[in-house]
Amino acid sequence: MIVAERKPLEDIREMIAGYKKILIVGCGTCVTICWAGGEKEVAVLSSQLRLASKKDGNELEILEATIERQCEKELVEALKDKVQQVEAVLSMGCGAGVQPIAEIFPDMPVYPALNTTFVGMPEGEGVWVETCRACGDCFLDKTGGICPIVRCAKGLLNGPCGGTNNGKCEIDSEKDCAWTLIYRRLEQQGRLDAMRKYYPPRNFQAVIRPGKVETLPA
Amino acid sequence: MAKAFKETLNSGKFVVTSEIGPPKGTNLEKLIHHIDLLKDKVDALNVTDNQSSVMRFPSLGTCLLIKERGGEPILQMTCRDRNRMALEADLLFAYTRGIKNVLCLTGDFITIGDHKEARAVFDLDSLQLLHMVRILQSGKDLGGNELDGAVEFCAGATVTPEANPIEPQLIKFEKKVQAGAEFFQTQAIYDLDNFKKFMKYVRGLDKNIKILAGIVLLASAGMAKYMNENTPGVFVPQVLIDEMATAEKGKRVQKGIEIAGRLIRQIKEEAICDGVHIMAIGREEVVPDILAAGGL
Repeated sequence: MIVAERKPLEDIREMIAGYKKILIVGCGTCVTICWAGGEKEVAVLSSQLRLASKKDGNELEILEATIERQCEKELVEALKDKVQQVEAVLSMGCGAGVQPIAEIFPDMPVYPALNTTFVGMPEGEGVWVETCRACGDCFLDKTGGICPIVRCAKGLLNGPCGGTNNGKCEIDSEKDCAWTLIYRRLEQQGRLDAMRKYYPPRNFQAVIRPGKVETLPA
Repeated sequence: MAKAFKETLNSGKFVVTSEIGPPKGTNLEKLIHHIDLLKDKVDALNVTDNQSSVMRFPSLGTCLLIKERGGEPILQMTCRDRNRMALEADLLFAYTRGIKNVLCLTGDFITIGDHKEARAVFDLDSLQLLHMVRILQSGKDLGGNELDGAVEFCAGATVTPEANPIEPQLIKFEKKVQAGAEFFQTQAIYDLDNFKKFMKYVRGLDKNIKILAGIVLLASAGMAKYMNENTPGVFVPQVLIDEMATAEKGKRVQKGIEIAGRLIRQIKEEAICDGVHIMAIGREEVVPDILAAGGL
């Protein structure tokens, strides 16, 4: 899933300063799961913005809508009636949600209320961790299903650096050293030979950015 | 003219290298003084490459200065700041200017340094860099293209004998050996019993692997404790911390020199490994005293 965090309220207020009527759009998929931009978060941001504007003596009218996926144009088109009533749209989707709205309503200023952080998974209650860099050249077969490209700070392919600190990463003692995890997993599976191999430099152009995949349904 | 480091390595003598940290800025006075102070006292001088992710005068430029002044430089190269093309180009240039030794490092992460928002490159890792040197040596570049004039380097690498856990570190070490690393300079070591165990493993692997034990000058008991808590792969035994604590203010560095000298003597007398790499970390001035204390 895509993980995002809401921008600070002050940054959002600065973006929408001057507008009197806006639409806040939530997204019902990834950012709902990571508590950043679902229906509840739309309601919270809405009331925070109203309150703050009132305090400053400004009237701000806010419409709310949450669609299942902002990254699907057909679903975004359903926002048309509401979009026509406002001066600006504040998207609580990830970056891939903001852009379809901006594309479908090219006359409408669209602002991001979130910072999209990574592709990841929940690690515990309210904690999400990055697990995939979307590099386009999956390496997980060689590392026991633990990605060093994203879980090692330096993205090393051939084993740990000298910064392994009691199995943690030298730059953050809260984070596991990916290569310690990989070593243990491969050892457990009797596959340490995979770690003894030399892996040549990565192909950083495995996906030519911006990425595009053309495929047919199976 | 200094003797080529490769020759020194193969001569069977106890090898001694030290390290120069370039300045932040263009005032090279102190740097040149340090080069002149050390160039004839050690077999080769490493030059750090934006050490600890702090932007400084370049390693390559400092190596040229060492060369000009008659010393034997070891170019430290990290993968943090340059992609493969930039690293290759720097090596072509270094070779043409008589720099024949390179130490292949991954490099510290960006955020520990003084340009915390910079992009960390890591296009290659230390092992791939080592392979790259060998590829350039074969007359090709990493794109598979022919070079008009190849390079020849004595290429080394690093190892952390006190890494925890040690097994993944040793797997990488073995990969560096297979990639043809001609020498290893270790992370700081203080516990010679632990280091002897590491050396027993190394000798069991291949008798010809050249290991230079990392000797980092202790400047105070506080520094020793700090390193134990914060520097990965460094372990200062309590007896040495206690010994540092007995030194009065103003005599602590002297005590550190004494300890470093003692470690060097024991390593040399017992032929534990092939030499030492002395890192005074900003106190290049006292390296001659460490050498004297070590009987070198």
